[in-house]
Amino acid sequence: MSTFNESTDRVVSPYPWAPGYYPSDRPAIVTSRFQYEDGHTLERYLATGGYEGLRAALAKSPSEVADEVKNSTLLGRGGAGFPAGTKWGFTPQGVWPRYLVVNGDESEPGTYKDRLLMECDPHQLIEGCLIASYAAGLSQCFLYIRGEMPLAHERVATALNDAYAAGYIGTNILGTDFSVDIVLHYGAGAYVVGEETALIESLEGERGMPRLKPPYFPAAVGLYGQPTIVNNVETLANLPFIAKEGSAAYTAIGTPTSPGTRMIAVSGHVVRPGVYEIVNGSTTFRDLLYGDDFAQGIRDGNDLKAFVPGGGSAPWFTADQLDIPFEGPQAGAAGSMLGSGAVMVMDSTTDIPAAALTLVRFYAHESCGKCVPCREGGTWLYRLVQRIVDGHGTDADLETIRQVGESICPGDMPHASSERLGLDAVPFPYKMTTICFVGPSAYVPIHSALTLFPEEFEALVTKRAERRHIPVMAGVAE
Amino acid sequence: MSRLSDHNVVVAKEIIARYPKKKSALIPLVHLSQQQNGYVTDDAMRHVAELLDVTPAEVYGTASFYEMFRFEPTGKYLINICGTMSCALMGGDDLMHHAEHTLGIRAGSTTSDGLITLQHAECQAACTEAPTLQVNYRHRYRVTPQAFDELVADLRAGVLDAEVPPHGTLGRTRQQIPADRAVGARHPDDVTEGPVWIPVSPA
Repeated sequence: MSTFNESTDRVVSPYPWAPGYYPSDRPAIVTSRFQYEDGHTLERYLATGGYEGLRAALAKSPSEVADEVKNSTLLGRGGAGFPAGTKWGFTPQGVWPRYLVVNGDESEPGTYKDRLLMECDPHQLIEGCLIASYAAGLSQCFLYIRGEMPLAHERVATALNDAYAAGYIGTNILGTDFSVDIVLHYGAGAYVVGEETALIESLEGERGMPRLKPPYFPAAVGLYGQPTIVNNVETLANLPFIAKEGSAAYTAIGTPTSPGTRMIAVSGHVVRPGVYEIVNGSTTFRDLLYGDDFAQGIRDGNDLKAFVPGGGSAPWFTADQLDIPFEGPQAGAAGSMLGSGAVMVMDSTTDIPAAALTLVRFYAHESCGKCVPCREGGTWLYRLVQRIVDGHGTDADLETIRQVGESICPGDMPHASSERLGLDAVPFPYKMTTICFVGPSAYVPIHSALTLFPEEFEALVTKRAERRHIPVMAGVAE
Repeated sequence: MSRLSDHNVVVAKEIIARYPKKKSALIPLVHLSQQQNGYVTDDAMRHVAELLDVTPAEVYGTASFYEMFRFEPTGKYLINICGTMSCALMGGDDLMHHAEHTLGIRAGSTTSDGLITLQHAECQAACTEAPTLQVNYRHRYRVTPQAFDELVADLRAGVLDAEVPPHGTLGRTRQQIPADRAVGARHPDDVTEGPVWIPVSPA
């Protein structure tokens, strides 16, 4: 689509072992060890306060630790933004065993944070797993890492081996009666496995297809039918800080409804694409895209055309929404979501239909095939958009796109407001006819592109009225 | 011929013992067979089925869902070029075009010397470093056409052998759970009581 970017003056991270990560003066909760080349080793971890959160947790009762996490209002970082402490509370009383499954299957388009956390600070994640297991009474932990991340496999495997040898994992941890195994498990390439029930299916050795709901939460019925907590890597990486410093220290950062920090990857047409740990709730998209401390503006002095605020599944924003902060309800009211912390930026040179095509193609490709609207509709949408981008589309195709979209997401689709087009926002979320969010996600980018930039599609398609009549077969008389 | 080697059977049994139910080891074992043979063979799937007490069809049924498993001979090096949004915005499609042209093959096929298989791939979780590619899933960042040509030359010359193991090898360090520290995996039906560190709530 765009011409190859020949400019070599893009800024490079000062830490080659953490590609894309930039340090700052802001509070760093989860990225504090990224500055060390050996931040992944047990020696460095212990020298920088490592496993002190675990010690602090073990000095309290499990329910006290669970309350501490609940009071911190730590929001899940996987995409849905559900409070982690509340999620733990959904486990039914007296049903054993319970499991912890760590979702390290990061593959949402634009998302790049969990891989860095696993590669640069694996012990922090392990400590988070241990604290969660202690607090929620989880007797075995499965650390599911996306298959396409061999460096993360090596770093986490080494960290686990070292932590076992040093007595932080296994039987009678640090001389207490707390015992848990952490088992490393690799995926094998399937985006949909990031959905928690599909993750569990995959861990059971099955095809990674989401389970029919209800039950809605694996916390009630999960791995092997047992209560199972599924948490994202970044969510768990926050626990050592909360256990060590307390929930008050955590909620002192950010806003009451969105406390702490979160990692955001800014990619696309910006001067300094990078992974930033931002203050949650108060940082705005304008700060992030234009701040000196962040992405430093749009490349080549171009104007901003549009940006995806929360991973490929999120409806798009334009310059009208720049002053919205990283706060779930506000982003939702504006017609999108914060998702998994991925911002993809398109400048004024961007061919919008071609950009939307890359995302529609992704979701069509990643459909697991369980629900018909996603399996058939996603592929159909992809073919329609491909035809339009190739210049063979008609205005009938635009209508078909809306009809197929309607069959995946009936009713109003959320979208951002646009001053230019005189559009009001439709708040998130949408209704859906599929089990999981892969289906709607195929329609979201094309719907956003069509709603916010209709003229670019109109310019590509042939109007029915202008179309020549289909030639009549030779020999067939009129 | 392509069943798991004696050494890998030992590794496989270690892996199986970590899960409360055997079938959970299916994906790790298919990975192990792909590491041994470069791709997933029918014999290896039969062997995995024997080890897990499932049918070969169940192994193939699961394995065929996942993109990393390849069921036909694959190049020693699998090059995946990302085409999802951030990479596409930064020239990922042009990079793919360049790669097809340079290697003389279309995406999805293997060079005639059997060395390199080229594939279109989706998001590789390195979006800030676009455009990216992976060689046997090892990342390369901000790849220019020149960098791609150098990579191919290096692969052909064998100078990257230490950095990039043959296709099928994931992390070269394996998890080892020492016997004296392991809690052990119990079948969920055999566990009726809560963990010892959780106080029993008064009835």
